[in-house]
Amino acid sequence: MRPFAYETAADVASASRFGREAGQGQTDAPTQFLAGGTTLIDLMKLDVLRPQRLVDINPLVARHSEIEVGPDGLRIGALAKMSAVAAHPEVLATYPALAQSLQLAASPQLRNMATLGGNVLQRTRCTYYRDPSWTACNKRQPGSGCAALEGVNRNHAVLGVDENCIAQYPGDLGVALIALGAEVELGGAAGARRIPFAELHRPAGKPHVETTLKSGELITAFRVPAGPWTRRSLYLKVRDRASYEFAIASAAVALDMDGEVVRQARIGLGGLAYRPWRAEAAEASLKGKPLTEETAEAAAREALSGAITHGHNAYKPELGRRTMVRALLAAKTMEA
Amino acid sequence: MVLNINGRDQHLKVDVRTSLLDALREHLHLTGAKKGCDQGQCGACTVHVDGKRELSCLTLAVAVQGRKINTIEGLAGADGGLHPMQQAFIDHDGFQCGYCTPGQIMSAVACVHEGNARTDADIREYMSGNLCRCGAYPNIVAAIKQARSSMERG
Repeated sequence: MRPFAYETAADVASASRFGREAGQGQTDAPTQFLAGGTTLIDLMKLDVLRPQRLVDINPLVARHSEIEVGPDGLRIGALAKMSAVAAHPEVLATYPALAQSLQLAASPQLRNMATLGGNVLQRTRCTYYRDPSWTACNKRQPGSGCAALEGVNRNHAVLGVDENCIAQYPGDLGVALIALGAEVELGGAAGARRIPFAELHRPAGKPHVETTLKSGELITAFRVPAGPWTRRSLYLKVRDRASYEFAIASAAVALDMDGEVVRQARIGLGGLAYRPWRAEAAEASLKGKPLTEETAEAAAREALSGAITHGHNAYKPELGRRTMVRALLAAKTMEA
Repeated sequence: MVLNINGRDQHLKVDVRTSLLDALREHLHLTGAKKGCDQGQCGACTVHVDGKRELSCLTLAVAVQGRKINTIEGLAGADGGLHPMQQAFIDHDGFQCGYCTPGQIMSAVACVHEGNARTDADIREYMSGNLCRCGAYPNIVAAIKQARSSMERG
């Protein structure tokens, strides 16, 4: 691991002061914030990330890890641990998709370490990104190309990709957050602001700039609005082994039903896309219709219609459709 | 820096890059926690930080000053008597080569404390962060069930 300076931050203001060098969403910014460290330290050991300064924000934990459930929704501090949120009784009862997306992610040890803020910012598991001996990676080295296009790309994304990068967004929580219409609270030198979670990750184009965070900005909390769909929600994760594995396809589904008829469906897809993905066209196609195998399949065809495959991942659109259909039909049977 | 290990403050002078795992093994000569993958995928380095199981290979030593770290060396009683989990792993042959065992045991103790060792399926799910390349998994499940009963009896 390369040498770095280690600092601690006592509050958001001092963190963002250190973090002026933290870039604007660049993956390789010279200053990086250290929370759980489960992605950052890993990628520093692999020599993928080479920060000159780490700003340890764990002293902020006391003020930014609360879990509040109220009539307007859920608010979770960004430094809450994955394990704490996954086991929270009210989150489990009222936002099951969110709890499940955390429970099914990583391992118990990692869930005790990793924070929600760090979780949504975790880097792709693209093997070419994670191995600097591959010189072609636009995410690591802008303009160098993408080794995955012609490489072993079985796990790579099929939605939202372009010729610059087909890396998969690896997270589970982000899929639930986007389906539930979450918002992100941000803090930084320029003051506090709030953005939709759907605007946190940039679309394809500049793979080395992943987020819309401003220089030195920190995620301070997540808000998930209450709604008639949150209780009837679930997260379905399909992976190569039964536990402790990233998704090859996943779906977060939340339904507001009037008997058999869909008042509103909210659908997020994971393991398939370049960034947390909301299947809005599929949601629209279900609105006002009875939820049956046929309408679910039609919605899933809509959701995957823009898929672009690159050889090894040609199985993903079909797996994605089946995952989404199974998630929809399972959510329908839940009690609201 | 000062690290609180198994109830005692330990002073050490190490590079800021040092992982908690390397601090334990290379500087404090507590070689119970093992370096398997060194990238958070195998669980062999599992220790308890403030009572919760975490991975010492992905933890910077400098960042856990002031927190209570417990390793496999601190698990046995003051009289040297084995912890029920250690005894259960012996009773059920919960290992072959033994390399993953300290991590398995630290993880298993936490698994019982968390209340995630109620069924075989729960044990398998909540021990999935600890890999055993010898494949001693059935015996590990049996060991955890036995230790759970004795730990619950106190």
